[in-house]
Amino acid sequence: MAIEQQVQEIEASAAAAIASSSDEAALEAIRVAELGKKGRVSLLMRELGGMSPEQRQVVGPALNGLKDRLTAAITSRKAELELAALNVRLEAEREDLTLPPRYEPVGALHPVMQVFEELAAIFADMGFAVAEGPDIEDDFHNFTALNFPPGHPAREMHDTFFMKPAADGSRKLLRTHTSPIQVRAMLANKPPIRVIAPGRVYRKDWDATHTPMFHQIEGLVIDDKVHMGHLKACLTEAFSRFFEVPNTTSRFRPHFFPFTEPSAEMDIRCDRSGGEIKVGEGNDWLEILGCGMVHPNVLRSCNIDPEVYQGFAFGLGVDRLAMLKYGMNDLRPYFEADVEWIKHYGFKPWLLPTVTGGLS
Amino acid sequence: MKFTLPWLKDYLDTSAGLPAILEAMTQAGLEVEEAHDPREALKQFTVCRIISAAQHPNADKLQVCQVETVDGMKEIVCGGLNARPGLVTAYAPIGAYIPGSGITLAPKPVRGVVSNGMLCSGGEMKTDEDPFRLRIARFDDWKFRAEALGISEEQAIADGGIIELPDDLKVGSPVADALALDTVIDFEVTPNRPDWLGVVGIARDLGAKGLGKFKLEPVKPVKGTFPCPVKVRIEDESACPVFAGRLIRGVKNKPSPDWMQKRLKAIGINPKNMLVDVTNYISFDRCRPLHVYDAAKLKGDVRARLGTAQDSFVGLDGKTHSNLNEMCVIADDSGAIGLGGVMGGESTGCSIDTVDVFIESAYFDANRTARTGRATGIISDARFRNERGIDPHSCLDGIELATKLILEVCGGEASEVVVAGKVPEGPKPVAFKPRDMKRLTGLDMPAKRMEQILRALGFEPIVPPKAQHDEQMIWATKVPSWRPDVEGSADIVEELIRIEGYDKLPEEMLPAPEGPVRVVVTPMQNRVRVARRVLAGRGFLETVTWSFMHHETAALMIGGANQLQDALTIDNPIASDLDYMRPSMLANLAQGAQRNADHGADDVRLFEAGPVYPGDKPNDQRMHVAAVVKAAKGRDWQGPPPPYNAFSAKADLFAMLIALDQNPDKFQVGAPEGSFWHPGRAATLRLGPKQIVASFGELHPQFLKQLGVDGPVLAIELALDALPLPKAKATKTRPVLDKADQTPVRRDFAFVVEEKVPAGDIARLALKGDPKLVTAARVFDVYRGASIGEGKKSVAVEVTLQPRGAAMTDEQIEAVAQAIIKSVAKGTGAVLRG
Repeated sequence: MAIEQQVQEIEASAAAAIASSSDEAALEAIRVAELGKKGRVSLLMRELGGMSPEQRQVVGPALNGLKDRLTAAITSRKAELELAALNVRLEAEREDLTLPPRYEPVGALHPVMQVFEELAAIFADMGFAVAEGPDIEDDFHNFTALNFPPGHPAREMHDTFFMKPAADGSRKLLRTHTSPIQVRAMLANKPPIRVIAPGRVYRKDWDATHTPMFHQIEGLVIDDKVHMGHLKACLTEAFSRFFEVPNTTSRFRPHFFPFTEPSAEMDIRCDRSGGEIKVGEGNDWLEILGCGMVHPNVLRSCNIDPEVYQGFAFGLGVDRLAMLKYGMNDLRPYFEADVEWIKHYGFKPWLLPTVTGGLS
Repeated sequence: MKFTLPWLKDYLDTSAGLPAILEAMTQAGLEVEEAHDPREALKQFTVCRIISAAQHPNADKLQVCQVETVDGMKEIVCGGLNARPGLVTAYAPIGAYIPGSGITLAPKPVRGVVSNGMLCSGGEMKTDEDPFRLRIARFDDWKFRAEALGISEEQAIADGGIIELPDDLKVGSPVADALALDTVIDFEVTPNRPDWLGVVGIARDLGAKGLGKFKLEPVKPVKGTFPCPVKVRIEDESACPVFAGRLIRGVKNKPSPDWMQKRLKAIGINPKNMLVDVTNYISFDRCRPLHVYDAAKLKGDVRARLGTAQDSFVGLDGKTHSNLNEMCVIADDSGAIGLGGVMGGESTGCSIDTVDVFIESAYFDANRTARTGRATGIISDARFRNERGIDPHSCLDGIELATKLILEVCGGEASEVVVAGKVPEGPKPVAFKPRDMKRLTGLDMPAKRMEQILRALGFEPIVPPKAQHDEQMIWATKVPSWRPDVEGSADIVEELIRIEGYDKLPEEMLPAPEGPVRVVVTPMQNRVRVARRVLAGRGFLETVTWSFMHHETAALMIGGANQLQDALTIDNPIASDLDYMRPSMLANLAQGAQRNADHGADDVRLFEAGPVYPGDKPNDQRMHVAAVVKAAKGRDWQGPPPPYNAFSAKADLFAMLIALDQNPDKFQVGAPEGSFWHPGRAATLRLGPKQIVASFGELHPQFLKQLGVDGPVLAIELALDALPLPKAKATKTRPVLDKADQTPVRRDFAFVVEEKVPAGDIARLALKGDPKLVTAARVFDVYRGASIGEGKKSVAVEVTLQPRGAAMTDEQIEAVAQAIIKSVAKGTGAVLRG
């Protein structure tokens, strides 16, 4: 048989065998039978030595071509078989992915803490640092330095918790507001001062709208020129940012606090008609904070000369502010550690409130 | 403080309507709480006339009336005894809301007869029962009904009936018009403004605000015709600097005039008789409290003195007040007969039979009055005014005004006025610096306007000639005697901006602080944020619990009741179980978890970041973050997950520490501190033997039992302020990464040790085998079994070696392995498991 004819025959039979091979072992047997040391193609290759150069020039490429084509066919078939085997395995690995994942509890942050952080973000952007002070205070920091004269009825507005008296008759108290932190900030620092002071405060009062412990945040700015116009613009801006509604309108009206002169309360426009309070619309006003120019007596108590320095202060109830923004209608659950309440009104921990990234 | 519009208009000429008045009040600092317009409240009630009244077929007490109303003739069922043909009364249509009974009228049959509206009593409309005193006057016209029903006359009058209105009223006209009720305004009086406790003071401020013209006629003194027979002595001038008195003899006490009664009723004060009403009236008109004594009941001189522990008297409130130490007592020869400025006594009070009345108009020290009020718990209009500081100059005006009104109504003859003591000078003049106006408010107010406002409020500034106006100029300003609150230049500034209006304040943005933008959050504050976020991210819910707890609960956490401190005990707690400042929040959290479990929650993970109080000094307070887990028994189709145990708590704690840039391995694991932890399943992390940074593990079952909490409860407590601060560095640059050039080598070792040897020691000692090469040693298995031997365990450790520069030869690896084995064996007595 002419060698060309043999090449054709090997190619045809091998191709058929490769195509019909059903596993890698069969494929390997074909490779050995055709391309192995004693394989059909290899044996033909050996004959090249006995051929004339002219004949070799024709038969050599033909055999090499055959070898390459068979190798490629085997590789290709091998890949086919691997893929088929993989498909079979994957089919066997099929899972019911409607089954639930393993239980993972979902946490949340308390809304009061969230609002503290929101306010800190806004005021930090205006250059306010965060100051702190102790909950167990003395009369000087909570009252006297803040221009509450002993025996003055203004002290009675704060239903104060007192600690048991010490041996010397003095007794500490639980701070009734965050304002003593102002006093500490002024005693510890020279103007200019610009701080906010968040914290727990305590008053002896417990009903639907009062809890014996609640939260306040205090602000204080002291330098040689800050005035009530700054106070008004600063708070107007801060709370228009805070509520995150398209429009907030606020107004300031006179009020009385022993530690500020002049004193003011800030109201924001709201709508009460639907049974719930909506900020930024309607024709009602809602008081949100007290503020004013720091009273000269307070500055003096803190060793600051009121003829040289001046400043403003403000303070507000954070729990109530959170209610207003996020719609809680009762203060008491704030302190009841109720998981349903925290899940409902709480916040995911992943986004930190920022002025640029949004507060909530 | 309540007042009516016509009362205000006694002192304010104004054409302003109610909204403008309310707005001006708010702007001037008089915070309006409510404006009650009776026309609005009574708008559904109109005048009607009963045409006929027939007995109800099914009820003795009811009548079926044909009534001429604003809506035409109506058949209305009525239970009023006085309902009779011809009576003009009040009609409410179907759909009307009846404030007195809180119901809305529906066309429902009443015992089988449909009533098409309602005939109303005063009580149902929340007005007077018999404002025209017609029901009693015309009792004869309706007593036949009472008789027919067998009701006594007394009972019938007490039961009353529907309102009786004058016959000449037009059917369909508003009942409110017939009653001529006035609009009542209620507002909050801030403690600095006693003068707002009188209508005159309100009018003065609203006049200054530009709402109208303030008018106040001087009080004309009544000349006494005989010396006052009652003598007055002041025995303590600090408590009572001045006491004016006057006797009016031969009065005929009687009900006060209608106009006075109407005003008193409108503001919620029950009229009694003229002598008493006049003191109440002047108290609200002028903020001038007075007291009237029945002179016949006084024994000897009246004196104002300091009370003693033995003093006691029965007050007008009917209660006995004793132990009057340090209080300003009014006394006569019989002893204490009242507390000055707070409350008079029953024994010398006026009655309808009083003939000779002695009027007191005094000034009492405000602070002492406040202390007396608090000590006795007496709440009175007099105390409310005197403790805020009334106008000391009003003594004589008050007594003259009272004399005039009493003489007009009750007749009699007035004595001369006796005055004991001296009228206090009142507030000191203030050195007002006009520059403070711009300095403090930012508003540039012309000097003329400043002067105008001050004068309108009763201040008397001495304004220097224009040529002298400069930065340092001072206006010596006399402060009106009714303004004890004004004591400095800033107070004057408040008056000016208050009257000008806070809406006139400029709005100026706060300038950026000088210098570069600083970090405004302290490392401690950031720790709180990070710790909270780690726990919330790991499935915990944040709570806020009380800073106080029951002292017995606190005692459980600090080693017994003998460790409790008075300094941390609240003297006047809101509840007896909230009387001690918490040493830890774990008890609160465990109880919180139990409350949730009681409500059916099956997996509760709570935490709190907040203060704890080991002492009462300012620096004693600590910032902790604590968490509890009352986990559900996990069920899962893939097989039960491991329970939340002490190691889970340790994992959560370590996650916090790592997030806080604290390497957990630098802390020693020690025994738990405090008997509220499980002795074997809880531990502390310490820096040195003393300083505890954190505790974690299971809470003690006995502790939980005492709290009423079902175990097991796992807990974590981390003292955020006990963690070391990072070393301060000049820049934020980090050292260059020293990345290993060789692959690490891992070898496992199994050490057999005594049961008591802590696995942590083995890992630590393995690291020490070659501190340079060994970069990690991690326990991955603990095995106990017969093959190991009784009381022993096999601890398997995976050790990581990190060669650098060149790969390790087998000999080198073997050498390190031997060093590791030696280190562990030396420290623990371990034997390599064969």
